[in-house]
Amino acid sequence: MFGYILRRLLIAIPVLFGVTVINFIIMRMAPGNPIDMLVSPKLPDAAREAKAIELGLNDPVYLQYWNWLKNLVMHGDLGYSMYTSEPVVSMILERMGPTLILMGTALVLGLLIAIPLGILSATKQYSKLDYIFVTGSFLGISIPNFFLGLILVYVFAVQLSWLPSGGMKEVGGDGGFGTLLVHMILPIIVLVANVAGRNIRYVRSSMLEILGQDYLRTARAKGLKELFVVNRHALRNALIPIVTIIGLEIPILFGGAVVIEQIFSWPGIGQLTLSSIMNRDYSTLMGLNLVAAFVVIAANILTDIVYAFVDPRIRKSYVGGAK
Amino acid sequence: MDTPLLTVKNVKTYYPVKTGFMNLQTSYVRAVDDVSFEIYEGETLGLVGESGCGKSTLGRTIIGLEPLTDGEILFDGKPMNFRTDRVSLSKQIQIVFQDPYSSLNPRLTIGDLLAEPLTVHNIVPRNEIQQEVTRLLQLVGLSETAKARYPHEFSGGQRQRIGIARALALRPRLIICDEPVSALDVSIQAQIMNLFKQLQRELGLTYLFIAHGLGAVKYISDRIAVMYAGKIVEMGTAEQIFKNPQHEYTKKLLGAYPIPDPTKRSILTQQ
Ligand SMILES: Nc1ncnc2c1ncn2[C@@H]1O[C@H](COP(=O)(O)OP(=O)(O)OP(=O)(O)O)[C@@H](O)[C@H]1O
Ligand SMILES: [Mg+2]
Repeated sequence: MFGYILRRLLIAIPVLFGVTVINFIIMRMAPGNPIDMLVSPKLPDAAREAKAIELGLNDPVYLQYWNWLKNLVMHGDLGYSMYTSEPVVSMILERMGPTLILMGTALVLGLLIAIPLGILSATKQYSKLDYIFVTGSFLGISIPNFFLGLILVYVFAVQLSWLPSGGMKEVGGDGGFGTLLVHMILPIIVLVANVAGRNIRYVRSSMLEILGQDYLRTARAKGLKELFVVNRHALRNALIPIVTIIGLEIPILFGGAVVIEQIFSWPGIGQLTLSSIMNRDYSTLMGLNLVAAFVVIAANILTDIVYAFVDPRIRKSYVGGAK
Repeated sequence: MDTPLLTVKNVKTYYPVKTGFMNLQTSYVRAVDDVSFEIYEGETLGLVGESGCGKSTLGRTIIGLEPLTDGEILFDGKPMNFRTDRVSLSKQIQIVFQDPYSSLNPRLTIGDLLAEPLTVHNIVPRNEIQQEVTRLLQLVGLSETAKARYPHEFSGGQRQRIGIARALALRPRLIICDEPVSALDVSIQAQIMNLFKQLQRELGLTYLFIAHGLGAVKYISDRIAVMYAGKIVEMGTAEQIFKNPQHEYTKKLLGAYPIPDPTKRSILTQQ
């Protein structure tokens, strides 16, 4: 098992390398540059030139990438933002917390809704309840995040004034847990609708597949109560595919952060990403890109490990089993 | 003979199938269509018929895994009601499934698999469960070391032995054997058939033995029922069926049964 994890981590290195190269190239091919965003257009050309040299933008592109990589590998440093001049690492770390709070809560709540509803839907297939859940989940998947988000803001913030329209705390306020919760309600509703919608169908179909298996007949033939058959025999086997979808959910949420944080002015990674793109803040974008690639890879490795843990057929082949 | 152990009276099992526009019409697959027979304590009734004629459905209906559409099933002379008695009836009637690969939960060890019915039904006191599991494994010719292993670590024949041990765990009087050897190699088939015969002698079991062809049931059955398209078309002692078949379909089945070459005795006959 340990060897396996190590192998996966080693494979991750060239993948991360490749991702940063591609990202660097795409970023530099896009029109615009940090100087235009940074300084007033009225500035004399000489001053612009000086700024470009200072940021290293006049060097050949491959050299710029090489400098970035060297800095990362030798010093573990992601450099300074070309827009704010703050260290990229501290900018990212600062934004990480809000994103994790939002996405973590959405993931947990979404699954807490999706798993029981999916199971219920499967065990009562083709019942009215099943149709209601399936339709609801279809709506959850189909309504775009930005649309649902804007509707909620319009109804609950603009019309009813019950909830704040965005941010993590009131302007000038000093936050606190209560304020945080109030600000989270709307974005969480949008995210949970999406996560739960997607996963109800996954859970339902993986449960249905297991419910048709012969060994459930065996369990019933043993004279076990139906609830016991569903819990002990069906659910535990259905959990295996469910674990993998949780792993897939993490990158989806991470990507979705860009939209949701923009709508609700949530000071997280997603918002930083969008503003960095607007500002052509190359160094920050490279850092964000690295983090995103890392999250995707880590989620995948984690999924495989958990998968091995819940499935004895795979577990045995890792844990030095004879066969 | 007195009261039959199992009486099946005009049993029908239909599967509803939705068809037509928006699946609004319901038609029925008549998987078991008006079947009646009796099995006496200690005997083996062979049930043969082609694939899809409803043998498995009949077997599953008898132990209450499929809802009875119509008819009556009596066990020991008493009508069975699976809605209320499924748990207690599972101690009297058990089933060995057709496919040993898919009928064992892949996530339970053999020990857990066999201990589960023992615990749920309080067959033995808690502290004797492990001993009982060992005894069951030995009964079907497996060693105690199987306990900690998972189903996928066993061959088909071994898995079917586990399936048999599982069925025996509740000490049933009647076992429905649903083509228990058809998924196995021919050489393994003979071993498992012998195991069934041996267990019947030792434990006084009654079998409803389901098979595809007549060859498989000849050596184990006292009586044979021939099933065709959901109905039993002929029933009689093994000798009657083989020597003097009445129904066209039985004759066809007999035609498909290879006559053993007396010079080379087939493996099946050596028991
Ligand atoms: N759950 C179900 N829903 C609808 N139809 C079914 C269902 N199970 C079985 N059937 C149908 O009922 C008929 C009898 O099936 P069954 O499995 O009892 O046949 P069988 O005699 O055991 O065949 P085999 O020898 O292949 O095991 C078949 O036509 C089958 O398609
Ligand atoms: Mg069958």
